[in-house]
Amino acid sequence: MALPPLPDDGVQLGATAADWRAAVALAGAALARTGAAEASYADEMERMIDEHGPYVVIAPGLALAHARPGPEVLRDGLSVVTLETPVPFGHPYNDPVRVIIGLAAGYATHLSVVAALANVFNDSDAVERLAAAASPGEVRDILGAPDDYPSEPLDVA
Amino acid sequence: MKIVAICGAGIGTSGILKVNAERVLNRLGIDATVVACDLDSLTAESDDAQVILTGPEFLTAIGRTFADVIVVENYFDTEELSDKLQRALG
Repeated sequence: MALPPLPDDGVQLGATAADWRAAVALAGAALARTGAAEASYADEMERMIDEHGPYVVIAPGLALAHARPGPEVLRDGLSVVTLETPVPFGHPYNDPVRVIIGLAAGYATHLSVVAALANVFNDSDAVERLAAAASPGEVRDILGAPDDYPSEPLDVA
Repeated sequence: MKIVAICGAGIGTSGILKVNAERVLNRLGIDATVVACDLDSLTAESDDAQVILTGPEFLTAIGRTFADVIVVENYFDTEELSDKLQRALG
């Protein structure tokens, strides 16, 4: 159970976002930069929240922005955005959000990716440490994610 | 016994619930199958489910069910999950 690679392009630290939409858009843009998803995947992530509410805020301060596997997902990937100023998503327990993880994954692989994420975040300090991270390398260390894709693109199964 | 974890996409957040619920059930020595699914497949999956795990956003959409509905606040807090599962199954 390993996380997909998190290249430097997939990390944006101390970002400014006016609201949750802007925050989710940043996580989506980072997934597009790493080649994990099309730019339009960000709209899908936003639509999931419009449709179902802020359920992606799964722990205090942490949002797991994601949409269904589909043609916008190019390969399994992660992005990490930390916010200079936390923004509310409208969640009853876990607002405001300081760290957004963007997730793009295929049906066959998503469970192993989220299992690896659970390993990281079952440690309740992890959100705090990510929010304080000063470099993409530090973020990768906290998550235990590799730093780049192999030269052959991974297939989304 | 069957437990269903629900979220909007059927991947991601419900996957985390499934993974953590399996860890907790294993620790408690409870034999159960945990299925992750989205709202659209809920009716088919929850027919024979004893417990539904979900976030507060999906309560209304889940509607009437014979299953015990557990609302999870922090998806990564296995102690919260453990307490709530034990209460529902105990």
